[in-house]
Amino acid sequence: MDFELSSEQTLLKDSVDRFVQDNYDLTARRVLVASDLGYSKDHWALFAEMGWLGLPFSEESGGYGGSNVDVSVMMESFGEGLVVEPYMATVLLAGRLIDVAGNADQKAAIIPAIIEGKMKLAFGYSEPTSRFDLFDVTTTASASGKGYVINGHKALVYHAASADKIIVTARTSGDQRDKDGISLFVIDANTKGLSLKTYRTLDGQRASEVVLEGVEVGPDALLGKEGEAFDVVDKIIDLAITAASAEAVGAMRKVNEITIDYVKTRQQFGAPIGSNQVIKHRLADMLIEEEQSKAMADMAAMRADIGGDDRVQTASATKARIGEAAKFVGEQGIQLHGGIGMTDEYPIGHYYKRLQTIDKLFGNVDYHLKRFSDAR
Amino acid sequence: MDLSFSAEDLEFQHEVRTFLVENLPADVKDRSDRGLHITREHMILWQKKLAAKGWIAPNWPEEHGGPGWSLTKKFIYNSEYALSGAPGVSPFGVSMVGPVIYTFGSDEQKAKYLPDILNTDALWCQGYSEPGSGSDLASLKTRAVRDGDDYVINGQKIWTSWAHLADMMFCLVRTNTEVKNQEGISFVLIPMDSPGITVRPIIGIDLEHSLNEVFFDDVRVPIANRVGEEDKGWTYAKFLLGNERNLVARVARSKYQLTRLIEIAGKEVAYGGRLLDDPDFKRKIAKLEVDLMALEYSELRYLSQDMAGRKLTAEPSMLKIKGAEIAQTLKGLLVEALGVYGTPYETDEETGARNDGPIGPDHAHGNQADNLYQRAATIYGGSNEVQRNIVAKMMLGL
Repeated sequence: MDFELSSEQTLLKDSVDRFVQDNYDLTARRVLVASDLGYSKDHWALFAEMGWLGLPFSEESGGYGGSNVDVSVMMESFGEGLVVEPYMATVLLAGRLIDVAGNADQKAAIIPAIIEGKMKLAFGYSEPTSRFDLFDVTTTASASGKGYVINGHKALVYHAASADKIIVTARTSGDQRDKDGISLFVIDANTKGLSLKTYRTLDGQRASEVVLEGVEVGPDALLGKEGEAFDVVDKIIDLAITAASAEAVGAMRKVNEITIDYVKTRQQFGAPIGSNQVIKHRLADMLIEEEQSKAMADMAAMRADIGGDDRVQTASATKARIGEAAKFVGEQGIQLHGGIGMTDEYPIGHYYKRLQTIDKLFGNVDYHLKRFSDAR
Repeated sequence: MDLSFSAEDLEFQHEVRTFLVENLPADVKDRSDRGLHITREHMILWQKKLAAKGWIAPNWPEEHGGPGWSLTKKFIYNSEYALSGAPGVSPFGVSMVGPVIYTFGSDEQKAKYLPDILNTDALWCQGYSEPGSGSDLASLKTRAVRDGDDYVINGQKIWTSWAHLADMMFCLVRTNTEVKNQEGISFVLIPMDSPGITVRPIIGIDLEHSLNEVFFDDVRVPIANRVGEEDKGWTYAKFLLGNERNLVARVARSKYQLTRLIEIAGKEVAYGGRLLDDPDFKRKIAKLEVDLMALEYSELRYLSQDMAGRKLTAEPSMLKIKGAEIAQTLKGLLVEALGVYGTPYETDEETGARNDGPIGPDHAHGNQADNLYQRAATIYGGSNEVQRNIVAKMMLGL
């Protein structure tokens, strides 16, 4: 048992940190977020070159067989930089689904293309009425000839607009909230009947409402076994929670760094505001929250690598704990800055917004406390 | 990073579990389950069993009688210990003064005191706080003046837990008044039967006698009982506090009491069903459980960091803050779970028992006493406010 990084992990961390340092000052990020795409093609090409796009895929699929700890090391650094490239959407969600559930043809057609940076994917798992329940699916896929016809509406599909393929959950049998009867389909983004309403999210990312009207797909679009997708989706989302938690830890660390610097330099009543005990104690609590979160995120990644039967409880405990911490740290980061913390020009608000989107991603604190409790 | 257990670890886990189940007496476990203070007799009986097995001091170096376990084995031991329901080993000897003696003491002191600590042949108490020196401990005034081969000690200590049961006290005394507060303190070991020592009880809000005032009236203690150098006692006191980090988070104990809370909430009836199924109460338990998990892995992460040779600074303070808060929330819920039976509070002067009647359900006995007693958790060992000052200074540079 140990919490130390291996030498390979330290190298990985150093290279991601360097990327963030060289490319992600707030001005550069602002330009990316304002662009049509919402992120940088050059960065994506660099990710491919660095091998980061193949990190979590199994070696059989052509990936590097990286561990969940490896992924977390990377995501923590991404969190510090507020990185906007669609790593989560393409690699950690859609890519992993293909890696875990795909047949040989699907893997061969998609995974190497992801690794080379040539193909991007998105994953639509939520719907306007599903809230955070992954099994609450009204989108239907009806058998038609040898293939399927898909109808429905997928909500908040991150980076669907720049994806070459979109994976969706759709119901092939059962009722709206049945865990059985859910299937996964890989759909080319330009398929007839598939339309997007694309928007920005509060943290500057891109997402879409994906509407499917009579979308016809062949039998080869089915990913995994028909009607048995829920367990796969649940598992991949739990792994993604582990990664998102590490990202939140990186963002919290940065909030604390920025705030500590600020209270040391901002003078009021002839002294730095950080000399007031109430500020010191607030920041001590913010650091404690960051540290408790870091321990949870590390634990979650290590447990995911062991792959025991505590997966659901571990992921939900981690997401709930980190959600609480992120709310406190993000809000107090703004508070301790006073007026300047309210401005778009200053970094703190951007971290606050990123932390808020992470809380809503894959289920918020309330959702995961309940899921944790129910899994006992 | 790796959390996995080897086959050897799993075998060890089995060994620990079996030993604890087979050796923990039912009456010792019962008092501990209820959150009641352990009796002196029980403490000696139980700790001697652990000592005979060689497990009384998991954190001591092997040369002084520790078992020489890896971090993983310590984790397994602590987890199993918590699951067994055994009362915690009294910290004053094994966790506090022991490490000071084997690190800074003379060979004579090591030979004289360490075996007694390991075997619970001497019970210790801690002479730190004084009426005018609480958070500002270094301002302490209890005076030790040299006279021949002895120090002559005059002054007063307060909030001294279990002084009335102790054979020995490790005590901070002022040996020099000409220098800065921190630079004139010495660390001495005082037999509690020394002439001139008076111990007076302080009855707590739990109506228990665990706290004391200790008065020193021309108490003679051999200079040979001083640990380390004269006037350097503050260094040893700080070492002791830092060394307490395995203890401050109270994770094992809280984990055990959490299972008790779930058990009680499963028996208590509320809103026509089980309290455990009430969504509000269920959420409170879940939040506590999640907080405790984060605390547990924080502690492990710091221990791992320490073992990797990266020195800790105020991390133990962070553990203390969260550990005490979580313990208090937990005790609060244990009382809340009882509904109206959180209110009766009868004491029995002779046995020192609370609600031994019992009043209300059997599981109500002890919860409120523990809740009251543990209000001290955020006060002793440096209040949580002082700990936040330490974190701000050492980790944030504020």
